[in-house]
Amino acid sequence: MEELRKELADILLADRKDRRHLIALLQKVQQKLGYLSREAMLAIADYLKIPESTVYGIATFYNQFRFVPLGKYPVKICMGTACHLAGGALVLEAMARELDIEVGGITPDHEFSLERVACVGCCALAPVVVIGDTVYPRMTPPKVEELLVTIKPASKKAAK
Amino acid sequence: MTFEEIQKEAKADWDSLYHGRAPHILIGTATCGRAAGAMPVVEAFNEELARRNVQARVTEVGCIGLCSLEPLVIVVKPDSFAVCYHNVTPQMVPTLVESYIQNDDPCLDLALGTVEAVEGEAVYIPELSRFEHEHRLLMRNCGYIDPVNVNHYIANGGYTSLVKALQMEPAAIVEEIKKSGLRGRGGAGFPTGRKWELCRRTPVQPKYVICNADEGDPGAFMDRIVLESDPQQVIEGMIIAAYAIGATEGFVYIRAEYPLAIERLTVALEQARRLNLLGDNILGSGFSFDIEIVQGAGAFVTGESTALMYAIEGKRSMPRARPPRSVKAGLWGKPTVLNNVKTYAYVPLILSRGADWFSGIGTENSKGTAVFALAGKLVNTGLAEVAMGTTLRQLIFDIGGGIRGSKKFKAVQIGGPSGGCLPEEMLDTPVDFDSLRRAGAIMGSGGVIAMDEDNCMVDTAKFFLDFSQRESCGKCSTCRLGTKQMLDILEDITAGRGRIEDIDLLIELAEDIKDGSLCGLGRTAPNPVLTTIRYFRDEYEAHIVEKRCPALVCKELIAYYILPEKCERGCEHCVLVCPVEAISTTEKGIKVIDQAKCSKCGSCQLVCPPEYNAVIRLSPPDSVPARRVEKSG
Ligand SMILES: Cc1cc2nc3c(=O)[nH]c(=O)nc-3n(C[C@H](O)[C@H](O)[C@H](O)COP(=O)(O)O)c2cc1C
Ligand code: FES
Repeated sequence: MEELRKELADILLADRKDRRHLIALLQKVQQKLGYLSREAMLAIADYLKIPESTVYGIATFYNQFRFVPLGKYPVKICMGTACHLAGGALVLEAMARELDIEVGGITPDHEFSLERVACVGCCALAPVVVIGDTVYPRMTPPKVEELLVTIKPASKKAAK
Repeated sequence: MTFEEIQKEAKADWDSLYHGRAPHILIGTATCGRAAGAMPVVEAFNEELARRNVQARVTEVGCIGLCSLEPLVIVVKPDSFAVCYHNVTPQMVPTLVESYIQNDDPCLDLALGTVEAVEGEAVYIPELSRFEHEHRLLMRNCGYIDPVNVNHYIANGGYTSLVKALQMEPAAIVEEIKKSGLRGRGGAGFPTGRKWELCRRTPVQPKYVICNADEGDPGAFMDRIVLESDPQQVIEGMIIAAYAIGATEGFVYIRAEYPLAIERLTVALEQARRLNLLGDNILGSGFSFDIEIVQGAGAFVTGESTALMYAIEGKRSMPRARPPRSVKAGLWGKPTVLNNVKTYAYVPLILSRGADWFSGIGTENSKGTAVFALAGKLVNTGLAEVAMGTTLRQLIFDIGGGIRGSKKFKAVQIGGPSGGCLPEEMLDTPVDFDSLRRAGAIMGSGGVIAMDEDNCMVDTAKFFLDFSQRESCGKCSTCRLGTKQMLDILEDITAGRGRIEDIDLLIELAEDIKDGSLCGLGRTAPNPVLTTIRYFRDEYEAHIVEKRCPALVCKELIAYYILPEKCERGCEHCVLVCPVEAISTTEKGIKVIDQAKCSKCGSCQLVCPPEYNAVIRLSPPDSVPARRVEKSG
């Protein structure tokens, strides 16, 4: 708790104390913590002297913000147009089944989290899956299982 | 430093690249290149050159638009010609270094072609058939210059327009832009000069200039490539706009999902500042202007201009009613000009080559070029820049290379969630603002997605509507609830629960949503549904009446089936891959799918070896032949 408060203070104080920077602040905090915790949002409201409901209102409006932590391997499935036409939905389904979590969820061991995104800009390689910073091209349901195994050999068992 | 001195230094830097004494290797490392594996190629070159102790420079460049051929590498060699290699892997690097950098074999079998014309069999890239149909203005430097080296931009004529503009009357600049006929590239095609004029004439200070780099269409990436490959042209255009309207502060609103574009733009801004092309008293002219980057937080509706201004103010990005127009009261209530990335990028070209030159390209009411992101089932996916008025057919077949494999073209989706699906008969439509609108699509974001017979039109309409429905900000009830109603109906149709009157109901709802919504999101969200009904009504009817999906896509209307006569029997691929253990083996070794268990993931079809090709899809699902009872013995 203390540590979080200090970390937050570092981020907040480095920024201008201006209502205008609310979104940027939320982005910075999320980048640091991986998600927006309740404490973090309260601290931001306090820092900017604005109602907590305003902070929540903004954070829940924009897709970028998340309220649960990311896994060690954050999995993003592209649901853009090209990926959809190339079978992205089947890849998403396979991933959700293999990890046994839903979109927006995280495995109990905090290894994998699952999200959908809209076009990561490599439509030529559709359908794609992004894990961390790596783009995996031309995915199919059978490849999903292989991929998870190469990323973390014990992952499948751990996730189940 | 005077601008002449800046130019001289820039030229020297550029000449060392293409006419230097050491070989030079350019590697495309825009997002698409990286996804295809460009970074390991960069590493491999650095290692190989060090290992062999070869003097050569490696530079990361942007994207020349041939995404399906990435990673692309250009080798520039003194006293010889520059060659461009495609689909380069780290394993190819030693060969390239040894053969062409150390010796004289250009390995033309691995090359796409040469960058300079040479005699002989070598293909000269600009003469590749697709480039003959292209007309590159914004993309002229993409993939050839280092995006984070301002010298490269300047050496190729960059910033001369700014110098020229600073000596002009601001009103004359606006006049020139008006005369050029430039229309905004963000989708709606509003005349840029008129927008600037309205803002210039509003006697309120301060004023703002905003660049819309939100690029929210889930299938478009032109703005990203422009920013990753040649960001200075956008910056120069913004500075000229600011000078013309009298603004002192500018913002680029860019989506956070574009980290590389943000990084390159940040460096480009710093470099421009260092040369005093941006900042206080630009080039000693007395005019001051600076640009700040604001990262978007992911909401499609933020791309709408009034919503975007709220986002910069740190608020919820919900569009507001107009008037007041943003040019009178925009960001923080001050006069604001907001344009798309590409709109700004045309400005330096128009000033340097003249309004008449620009208006000589394109059609009567749509001037200049259009940049499209080609994706979907095409042979050549990537970016294409063509003169307005080029037909969709040329775009798809001559540049895109037509449909991959032996499949047949079915439709092209243009304009993303606000656009429409056009069939084969409409392919002679010229791409310009007005012709596309008449056809039911829009220029929109510039995403062009080709679909073949394996794509279901009802499913496609559902996909876009699902997107718009999720992204509706919720302010207008017609948009918030209407899109949900339409989506529910489409879900029913794709699940075999549709009624024939649903088609008319969809059309009726679409008209109401269009009329009753405040912003472009709601007003255009029904377009994908309306165009698919208009051009592919038979597919809707097949789903509703026969419970059949002709493209074999809609899950609830298809079944997987293993053709007993094709099943090889000995192989177990499908049995092993099936995640729900729905496939069993009969006594004769034939694999059979238990339809009640099957989750329709399609894995069995993917793993069935192509030489057997025993797994097929059938629609409607009850057309699966009843299992023959095998006689024992
Ligand atoms: C829902 C919605 C999303 C939009 N998204 C974008 C976008 O991502 N990029 C863009 O340049 N314009 C977008 N626009 C259009 C902008 O509202 C605006 O018209 C445009 O940026 C103005 O620039 P231009 O005159 O240079 O075209 C969007 C409009 C709507 C209604
Ligand atoms: S649609 Fe998935 S990368 Fe573009």
